Amino acid sequence: MTDCGTTTAPKLLETPLNALHREMGGQMVAFAGYEMPVQFPMGIKGEHLHCRQKAGLFDVSHMGQAMLDPINPEDDIARLFEELVPGAIATLKPGQMRYSLLLDDTGGILDDLMITRRADRENGLFIVVNAGPRLGDFAHIRSRLAGRARLSLCDDRALLALQGPDASDVLAAIIPACRDLLFMEALWTSLDGLDLIISRSGYTGEDGFEISLPAAHAESFARRLLADERVAPIGLGARDSLRLEAGLCLYGQDLSPEITPVEADLLWAIPKARRDRADFPGAGRILGQIAEGPARKRVGISPDDRTIARDGTAIYSPDGTQKLGIITSGGFGPTVNAPVAMGLIDAKAATPGTDIALMVRGKLRKAHVKALPFVTQNYVRKSSKPKQG
Amino acid sequence: MSMIRFSKDHEWIRVEDGKGVIGITDYAQAQLGDVVFVELPEMGATLMKGDEAAVVESVKAASELYAPVSGEVSALNQALVDDPALANSQPMDDGWFFEITLNDLTELDELLDDEAYEAYLAELG
Repeated sequence: MTDCGTTTAPKLLETPLNALHREMGGQMVAFAGYEMPVQFPMGIKGEHLHCRQKAGLFDVSHMGQAMLDPINPEDDIARLFEELVPGAIATLKPGQMRYSLLLDDTGGILDDLMITRRADRENGLFIVVNAGPRLGDFAHIRSRLAGRARLSLCDDRALLALQGPDASDVLAAIIPACRDLLFMEALWTSLDGLDLIISRSGYTGEDGFEISLPAAHAESFARRLLADERVAPIGLGARDSLRLEAGLCLYGQDLSPEITPVEADLLWAIPKARRDRADFPGAGRILGQIAEGPARKRVGISPDDRTIARDGTAIYSPDGTQKLGIITSGGFGPTVNAPVAMGLIDAKAATPGTDIALMVRGKLRKAHVKALPFVTQNYVRKSSKPKQG
Repeated sequence: MSMIRFSKDHEWIRVEDGKGVIGITDYAQAQLGDVVFVELPEMGATLMKGDEAAVVESVKAASELYAPVSGEVSALNQALVDDPALANSQPMDDGWFFEITLNDLTELDELLDDEAYEAYLAELG
């Protein structure tokens, strides 16, 4: 066996839940400069299935939280922020949340992020960016909106995610108002004097919530959630397999400055009004790709046997004569009980059902293009019927 | 009479009548996490000691199983291919990988016995 032990490099940052992770038997690894649990004693597969069946608690405090305010109160901060992203931000109502993309001037993706119009004040945004690129993101935002917006980092806040079909019952036992939220809505509330931001969102494909709260109280709040027997702690390993099955992109693998939103198949994140105005970074290139179709596109990929194709695996035509692309995320999907992957592929091979081949350990293995997601997304939207029980 | 030996790469081999059954140790399976895919060598393949003989994919990563001795592959555990989780639940029994017909029994002397492997694990912490 090759040595698969994980070592922890020195000088890693710790989240407010570090001691709790260790107490619960978390296997700690280095991730984006933070020491994070990759799994707990339940194991990645068990954690993954538990989250889809009951509820999982994730520490996502390594992600970058920040508040954005206009310097001139006459400016709408959401309108200003549209200069950096292709999404409809100005039309967000208070407490409404949007997934969007920070773009560079060529339309490449600097990061994906969540943007919420604050519900506790008239003119402010709450943003959450990925851990790895967070410092670059913040520098980019400050530089682009210099003199017009003030970015305040929430370094004193933790972020938890509670995901799964039981998440709403578990959280409502503590904060009943969370039940009234729909997918991508947030509320500002307080509990025992703590100010909380709770959004109905997450990155597993399940119903669930993300809870931003003061770091000093994160552990006690997490313990309160974990005291419910339906809740299990979930590490980075299952976080990755859950988001991959749900067809969600991971920055640094499926998204990067070399990839545009059109190539990443995130056209839904560029609404018509923004396309018409063509006023976002890289609009020329992106609108060109929309009109002509991109040369390559992100797709789901299912290996025909049980071979796991991880990121970096080359994609070929079935006869192996033509290289078609590359796997950007790949692993095993415990819910579908099969290998799952996403990759960037030549647009003419991007139709679901297309036969392809993957080069794994020097051998070509049969696979096919698969429509995303691999599992049904269980978000609570306006049209959803009330939950049973 | 069978005897069991271990490699520092965390494979075990149980030898009887010149044939050795090979698998991964409990330590290895615990490090790997849930095993979800196993690729075995070709039946009849000739392996040299240290050759990459099989692939073990866990939810975390792919790892190789190296041949702890030289010889010819003489049996494969199809049950493990069908249910890779056997490598986790019964690593030393039903979770065996393949059988090898040894070329040179003296190669076993370079491997660790029970006690030496335990001591080696203790060193790893």
